[in-house]
Amino acid sequence: MKKKLLQVNNLRTYFHTFKGTVKAVDNISFDIDEGEILGVVGESGGGKSITGFSIIKLIDEPGKIETGEIIFDGQDLMKKSESQMNEIRGKDISMVFQDPMTSLNPVYTIGEQMEEVLILHEKLTKDQRKKRCIELLKAVGISNPESRLKSYPHQFSGGMRQRVVIAIALAANPKLIIADEPTTALDVTIQAQILRLMTNLVKEQGCSLMLITHDLAVVSEIADRINVMYCGKIVETGSSKSIVEKFKHPYTKGLISSIPDLDKDKDRLETIPGIVPNMFNLPKGCNFSPRCKYCKDICKEKEPELVKVDEKHYVACHFPLREGEK
Amino acid sequence: MEKILEVKNLEQRFDLNKGILDKIKFKNGKFIKEERIVNAVNNISFSIDKGKVFSLVGESGCGKSTTARTIIKLIDPKGGNIRFDGKDITNLTGNEMLKYRKKMQMIFQDPYASLNPRQRVLDILTEPMLFHQVVSSKSEAMEKAFEILKKVGIRSEQATRYPHQFSGGQRQRIGIARALAVEPEFIIADEPVSALDVSIQAQILNLMMDLKEEYNFSYLFIAHDLSVVKHISDDLGVMYLGKIVEKGSKKHIFNNPLHPYTKALFSAVPKLSGTNLKNSKNVQGEIPSAINLPSGCYFHERCPYAKPICSKEMPIEKEVEKGHCVLCHQY
Amino acid sequence: MSIQVETSNKSQEKVNKWKSFLESEFFHNYKKSPTAIIGSIIVIVVLLIAILGPFFTVQNPYDMSNIDLNNAYKPPAWDEGGEAKFFLGTDQQGRDIFSAIVYGSRVSLIIGIAGTFLASAIGIVLGLIAGYFGGKIDAIIMRIADIQLSFPTMLIAIFLMSFIGRGITNILIALSLVGWVRYARTVRGETLSVKKKEFIEATKVIGLPNFKIIFKHVLPNVFTSIIVLSTIQVGSFILTEATLSFLGLGVPVTRPSLGMLCNNGFNVLYSGLWWVSIFPGLYIMIIVFGINLLGDFLRDELNPKLK
Repeated sequence: MKKKLLQVNNLRTYFHTFKGTVKAVDNISFDIDEGEILGVVGESGGGKSITGFSIIKLIDEPGKIETGEIIFDGQDLMKKSESQMNEIRGKDISMVFQDPMTSLNPVYTIGEQMEEVLILHEKLTKDQRKKRCIELLKAVGISNPESRLKSYPHQFSGGMRQRVVIAIALAANPKLIIADEPTTALDVTIQAQILRLMTNLVKEQGCSLMLITHDLAVVSEIADRINVMYCGKIVETGSSKSIVEKFKHPYTKGLISSIPDLDKDKDRLETIPGIVPNMFNLPKGCNFSPRCKYCKDICKEKEPELVKVDEKHYVACHFPLREGEK
Repeated sequence: MEKILEVKNLEQRFDLNKGILDKIKFKNGKFIKEERIVNAVNNISFSIDKGKVFSLVGESGCGKSTTARTIIKLIDPKGGNIRFDGKDITNLTGNEMLKYRKKMQMIFQDPYASLNPRQRVLDILTEPMLFHQVVSSKSEAMEKAFEILKKVGIRSEQATRYPHQFSGGQRQRIGIARALAVEPEFIIADEPVSALDVSIQAQILNLMMDLKEEYNFSYLFIAHDLSVVKHISDDLGVMYLGKIVEKGSKKHIFNNPLHPYTKALFSAVPKLSGTNLKNSKNVQGEIPSAINLPSGCYFHERCPYAKPICSKEMPIEKEVEKGHCVLCHQY
Repeated sequence: MSIQVETSNKSQEKVNKWKSFLESEFFHNYKKSPTAIIGSIIVIVVLLIAILGPFFTVQNPYDMSNIDLNNAYKPPAWDEGGEAKFFLGTDQQGRDIFSAIVYGSRVSLIIGIAGTFLASAIGIVLGLIAGYFGGKIDAIIMRIADIQLSFPTMLIAIFLMSFIGRGITNILIALSLVGWVRYARTVRGETLSVKKKEFIEATKVIGLPNFKIIFKHVLPNVFTSIIVLSTIQVGSFILTEATLSFLGLGVPVTRPSLGMLCNNGFNVLYSGLWWVSIFPGLYIMIIVFGINLLGDFLRDELNPKLK
């Protein structure tokens, strides 16, 4: 049994706006093992990014983490002060964001921005720092790193910038990397390069990765385990293989069958009817009930709990799909 | 088969240094004139049959959107010619184009930017109808607008709302409705689903196909997502740095991809089975800049099969089987 | 769809619009912002005084038959020798200061508001043209604007006024000639970003003529920044006019504005008649302060770039 690196229990993050309260993350619990890649998928508004930000406690007004425990490496992050969190962010937990253009500061060189993290979190001399920067850039596949250190972000292409962001994330040897849609802004060939790179680095360094994305295919390519989120809740969780092949939740099924498959010919795509409900006014009972074709009366009344259906495979549905029901 | 659109040797360039003063640079102790021209579309030809869907696929910066905007004359072409329904429209001016504007419409990528936030949905639809006089009165226009809205799945009581009151998918439906308002024969769809969530993507793709069945128009579909393209198109062209490197029917391209770039694209697509990335090798490097185009074949720097000739000579288009053309020295 | 349904739709729509305004984030933030509330109260009170003031004043200061020289040099009511009738005192000619302020504020406000309308009209049209068409016409318009901006506004205004002479019309001409530049620059900048949006491309695909695109599709989308700019501009035009009138280059003596009133009292300020110019001066300050408070709030709320 592997050691658990991160355990999130009953996390609730709400946004109190003037229109009402948005339960962006509503009572979710999950964990990440050491060295594991966890994928978090869902559509926009599902609460997957807020989950990521909640773990490092970067929730701005009007948002607030209401309740929950975030146990990282044996310590509860909820009890940490802001200055203690600053030491953890970037060192033990680092983040990679969607847009590599805005996550790098345009007025500093790549080298300066990488060194900044090292100065903050590692005790190294100037020469050691430079050596480490070069190592890191090499590790993320940037050719002639010595000269590239003096370049500014705008001198790099999108894919190269994302590599630099990953290098910065790796700089202080973090135990956990949270990557929020790291390849969404990139082209497919570049996306493939970055995904391969991230998988290899995680394997080599032995750190864990939480990959947040809307693209189920991306997640099933590289993740060990998948959480499917809908309207702030985890509706299904399990190993990648069992989610893709033995999905139990109608929403997961809908997500999978909406993706046009390269290997099959279909005349019409299966769709999930309707739209994601208004987050200010969630339906009673199961959030998915208005769009679910298997919806029965109880679904509109009682919220389903996560129940175990298989080894490590849980689903929150009153009527989990049986196998073969595809 | 009758052609709705024929594009021959189309070229499009953008001059980055517009003014004469921008062009003069001081280098190595003397003033020189330096031109920075983006070669967005480099001599491409293709045609679309009536009632068919032709897709242009490629990564960002390959010139597919520019091609679309040039064909619909949002930008004047720098070379080549465009024939719409047998008539040459390459050099038509604003007023002469009006007749064709009614026949060609466009669906845009970003549902948040493609609708005027200050216009009610009803006005968004009736404005083009009244302008092109497809209807005789305002009340007829409204009646027709309600009818179209119903077709795209927007309820009639929502017609007096403003765009911000709709979700992304609903806005895209309104964008499609606007394109339908003037009863076009040909629609250019520029990445119409790439900004949408997957479940909504499928809804919009189905809607577009249903409408095509009903009105029997032709599509030029611009996309980067191969699985979407495969689902929707009859024929397609793969673009790289402003060139169509391979074109043919869907069957040709998907069952028998020939160009190394097409193959690379296929191997990079993540799949639900979770095996594609692990098992395949990817192309290295990134798309070179369109300002300084590579010599010879534009793909040679990234191509695993590159031979010496590839860096010297641009290959000539070759028809490998009927209707399946490829631009590569291998064939 | 019959016409009747349409009209009932329209009145329903108005109710809905008002409702959605009351529920909007804008109104919510307004309720929570003390500066915005103070600002708007000041502005409303000032406007009410200007509109309804003549019903309450003891005299019409422009009507010489009303004015009695015997009432001259009266200090404010709370000072020794003051009269309750002349609450803020009287000037050298026996004119009631409060009445003069009420009538003067009408002149100042009319000039401020009308000047803003004229300047914005010129600036918006030129800004839209420059931004939308670009190229040579843009270069010409914006270089003129640049040249004008390289001189202090007040200098140009003084120069113009001494050239064309006093009078309300002339002041409005001068204000619009100095004020259009800010509008043109703002509107041009916004137009440049709006014109890249896909909905503008969509209007071109439809084939709409340029003037229709500019006024129906671009203009409504740059309007919020025009509103923000205009609020501040009314305040600054009131000040400009006051300065010009104070220097004797503004309104004619027969229709004194607030600035003119300050000028009147200035001659006698050191002979102890402080109230003659201090009260009009304070009132200018209050007006401009209120307008700027409101303007700041609007800028924070409506300017998407600050959000």
